[in-house]
Formats: sequence, structure tokens, C-alpha cells
Amino acid sequence: MSVEKHHSANHETEPVADPGLPEHEPRPTDVDEHAEKRAERQVAMLFGLSTVFTLLFCVSYFVFKVGDEPSVIAGLGASNAALGAFLGLALLCIGIGIIQWARKLMGDHEIMEFRHPGGSSQEDREDTVRILALGAEESGIARRPLIRNSLFGAMGALGLVAIIPLRDLGPLPGDKLFHTIWKKGMRVVQDVDGTPIRPADMEIGQLINGEPEIFYEEDADGEPLIEGAELQKQKAKAAVIIVKMQPDDIKASKDRENWGVNGVLCFSKICTHVGCPISLWEQQTHHLLCPCHQSTFDLADNGRVIFGPAARAVPQLPLAVDDEGYLVATRDFTEPVGPSFWERG
Amino acid sequence: MRLTQKLSRRLAHRISGRLSTGRRGRFAAPLVLLLGLLVTGATYYAVDPAGAQTRAADEDTVAKGRAIFLVGCASCHGKNAEGINTKNGGQYGPSLIGVGAAAVDFQVGTGRMPMAQPGTQALRKPPVYDAAEIEALAAYVASLGPGPDVPAASQYDASDADNEDVVRGGEFFRTNCTACHNFAGSGGALPRGRFAPKLTGVSEKNIYEAMLTGPQQMPVFSDEMMTPQDKRQVIAYLKKNEATPDYGGFTLGSLGPVTEGLFAWLVGIGGLVGAAVWIAANSTRSRKKTQG
Repeated sequence: MSVEKHHSANHETEPVADPGLPEHEPRPTDVDEHAEKRAERQVAMLFGLSTVFTLLFCVSYFVFKVGDEPSVIAGLGASNAALGAFLGLALLCIGIGIIQWARKLMGDHEIMEFRHPGGSSQEDREDTVRILALGAEESGIARRPLIRNSLFGAMGALGLVAIIPLRDLGPLPGDKLFHTIWKKGMRVVQDVDGTPIRPADMEIGQLINGEPEIFYEEDADGEPLIEGAELQKQKAKAAVIIVKMQPDDIKASKDRENWGVNGVLCFSKICTHVGCPISLWEQQTHHLLCPCHQSTFDLADNGRVIFGPAARAVPQLPLAVDDEGYLVATRDFTEPVGPSFWERG
Repeated sequence: MRLTQKLSRRLAHRISGRLSTGRRGRFAAPLVLLLGLLVTGATYYAVDPAGAQTRAADEDTVAKGRAIFLVGCASCHGKNAEGINTKNGGQYGPSLIGVGAAAVDFQVGTGRMPMAQPGTQALRKPPVYDAAEIEALAAYVASLGPGPDVPAASQYDASDADNEDVVRGGEFFRTNCTACHNFAGSGGALPRGRFAPKLTGVSEKNIYEAMLTGPQQMPVFSDEMMTPQDKRQVIAYLKKNEATPDYGGFTLGSLGPVTEGLFAWLVGIGGLVGAAVWIAANSTRSRKKTQG
């Protein structure tokens, strides 16, 4: 269908005359043979460059060292930087080449296409209905209810395949969320090396990331008492921070007056908002900040929430010292640690 | 008995007689006394010269430190470093009694003190005092009360650390430090406009002193709990981390997924969209007509 014919046919019916397409303006490469040759060379050169960069990629794979003593270019790992740069340049040259080719040398005439109706023809529709009816008739699905119903039953049963694995979401945690591994007399030790803590060894303003001593204890064969997945599960609930501040600064509530030792207090390290580990403690303000959502707790004031989305104070672990003068817990946390959950109410 | 007395008297008489010959007798005794004193003094000085010099020098240094303190520090920390409280109970400048030489060496050595102006946080800047003046200030503050001393090079020098040290230091760092200072030591935000500074480009000595003294909002990590060896391992980890080339390309500050995502979406995708628009918008056309 030519543009001209369509244009003239609609001419009378349109209230505003269709101006048609603007006059075609040729590109320099269309009218100048030298320009065309130059463009051709440019495109070929870009593709050639791309090949060179690909080869350089291969060379750098073998030349630059990785591992313990890697080659370095301007502070970057040389191997990765060179591989990435040369692969990028190789792809870029192909891309620029194709664009130059399309815009300067490929055919440059305007094309117009008209929209067609989207639906199938009446004939096709009737045909489809006829085929479906024929299928129902020949398979006998309407006449043989035993087969039909047992098929429906089988299809329905297949749904169990999707439902049964949901069991993996359970079993329900029971009272696990209400308890941690802390118990009366368990020592509080420094995380990483398991050093027990004497209150006198701590300075005012000191922070220690702590764990229960049982994580570092071994049985008679020298095997850790708790290890693997169980250790991670217990750690996720039992991690604590121990801080020391001026005893005068502490505003302990009535029932917590004997929970500290000479200004040393112990709090859960798990944020009560969504459970991020928090040890971002400002020693002068006594504020504990959660880096995830900026919940802020005042450790001098029973771990009260003073800012942010957390709804509950960070739980405190009551402390005492044992016969040898090391910090111990006097009991488990009095409330569940970590984020709120339904059963807690 | 009588014999010995007789002999000694005779001997004494003889010696004094000898000394007296050719000299004026009345000056002899004081001269001998003076000589004896000089010899004793000189011998003591020769045997223990260091102690004597250090003590004398210490007093000089403390006096010099006090002079600097009165000019540069006393307006906030008080004339006797006792601290100045504000009207509503806050601290204008905290007491420096018992903070130790390490705290002074860190605060003044990194330029944080003296502060340029009061504010939420003392910022790192070029030090105002030279090494000798900082030493004098540290000596003065250390003389006010017992506190941590400036660490020796053997404590913080991590140049001979092996892989085991680095790995263990990394564990300590990730447990105790990353909450504020970021996983790569690039620093992070704190409440009310404060921030934890980045740890790259900080000297080993200053890192050690910071852990030891807990400057500003940073908690203390005392030598009793985090031993000098632990601290040296943390330093070894940080230095190793700093020396490791950036395998993943430009780090964009190692601040985590936010900067990287922002860069990819704004600069990366934005650049592609811009390039596509530019390619489509520019087109050369010729006024010449096609030949033939």
C-alpha cells in the first residue's frame, strides 16, 4: 500500500488536512560516495578494534596474577580490572559499530503501516468451537462420568504436592522463644576468645561483647559442648553486651537495683525491633543505637526505648560475681529477647 | 688492746703530719671534706645518670606541658584540668584527671584537640602542636592522676603479623568494631549528627590509643580484657584490609549496598538512557539531492 494513495483517499473526510510525511532528506552517506566509503571503513575499524580488545582480554587473563600476591593497577586488582575493561570495550565497539552501520549505511526510507483489527474472523471462531465440541464428543468425557470424576479427583490430589511441603515451616517453636541458654551461675565471657570478666578489669565506659561460657566449654574428649547449627541457634538468642558506667549515672528501676555489679550492666545484644545485633554504644550518653532502623535504647535507664521503631526495652540480664570474682548471670532473661511475636501478646 | 690504740694514734699523727707539711693546716680538713663530697656526688651521677636526667627533664616537661595547657586547653577543661560543667549539668570540657598520656597523645596527636569550635564532635584535623609539645602536654596530664600510658612501638607494630593474627584480628573487629566503624572500617553514622570516623589512613599507634582510651563516644577496650596482643591483631587486620587491592573495582567508599545501588541506578542506568536519547536525537542530513 503506498503512502500517496492512502493520503488522497482520506483527503475529503478529514477536517484538518493530513500534511503527510515531510520530504525525505538524504544523509551525507546517501549522496556522497566518499562519505559512504568513510563510514564503511569506520564501522569495519570499530569491529576490528573489538577483536583487538577481545584478544587483550585473553592476554590479561594469562598475564595478571591472582591469589596471595596479586598484580595491582592503581589500587585495583589488576586481573579483574583488565578483564572487565577489555570485555567492556570489546562489547562497546561492536555496539557503536552496529549503530554507525544502521544510521549511516543501512536503508533510510520512511515506512508507514496501518493498524489491523485484532480479533479473529468469524469463520475461525466457529471453526474453533466446532473442534472443541468434536473433542468433547470423541473423548466421551460427558458420557463417562467415572473417568471424568476420577480425573478431577487426581487433579485435585495433585494440589497436595504444593501443600504438604508447607509442613517444613513448622513445627511451632513452642516456648523456645521465651528462653535462652542463660541460667543461674553461668559465666559471662568475652566473645571470640571466651575470656571470663572481672568487673575490676573493666574501665568506666568499657564495652564488651559477651557470650555464655558454655559456648567455649568442652566435654571430656575435647569436643565443644555445643556446636554447629545448635550453637548458631543459641548464639542468636544468648548474645549480650556488657557495659560499665559510673554507678551514679544508672537509674535502675526498683526491681533491678541489684542487677548490676559496680556499674557493670549486661543487656541482650538483639534489637527488639527486628532482631539486628546491636553493640553501637555511646559511652558518654549511654545510648545504644541499632544501625538497621535507628532504634535507640538508654542503657542507663533500664534499656528504655528513647527513639525509633522498637516497641520494647532491650532485655537486661541480672549479674553477680562468683567465688573467683568473675561475672555470672543470676538467672535467664526475665522476658523473651529479640523482636515481638504473636504469642507474646 | 693498748698496743693497737697506741699504733693507730701514732698512725693518725703521722698522716696528719704528712698532710700538714707544705700546706696551711687550717684549710686541709675542709678541703678533704669537699673532695670527698664531690667524689661521692660524681660517682653517684656516673652510676645512675639516666634517672637523674629523666627526673630533672620530667619536671621540666611537666612544667612546659602545664604552660601549654593553661594557654590552649584550660578555657574548656579548667585551670587544673578538673573539667568545667555547664549550667544545666552537662560538660563544657570533661575532667582530664586520670585520662592518661595515651588519651592526650591520641586527641592532640590527631588534631581533634584543641577543638576549632564547640560542637557535637571533635573532628580530625592537622595537629596544632608538634611532637615535643604533645609529649609535654601528655606528661602534664599524666602527672595529674594514673591513666594509660602512650603505648610502646612493640605493642602496636603489626608489620610482622602473620595470617593467623589477621584472621583472629578480623574476628575481634567484626564482633566489637563493625557496628559503628563499618565492615571495611569506613566509618558510620551515630545519633544526633555524630559519626564514627573511618579507620583507613590512621596510624597504628592512634588505633591502639583509641581502643585503650575510648575517645569521645567510643567505648573503652581495656588491656585486661582485650589484651595488647588482641589489639595488635585488630590493627594487623585493619592494615591488611587497607593494603588489599580492590578486587571488585572502585569501592565507592565501601559504604555498602546503598551507595552502590544509587550509583548503578543514577549514573549507570541514567547514563544509558542519556546515551540512547543522544543517539536518537542526533542525525546529519544533507541538502544535496540523490544523484540519479
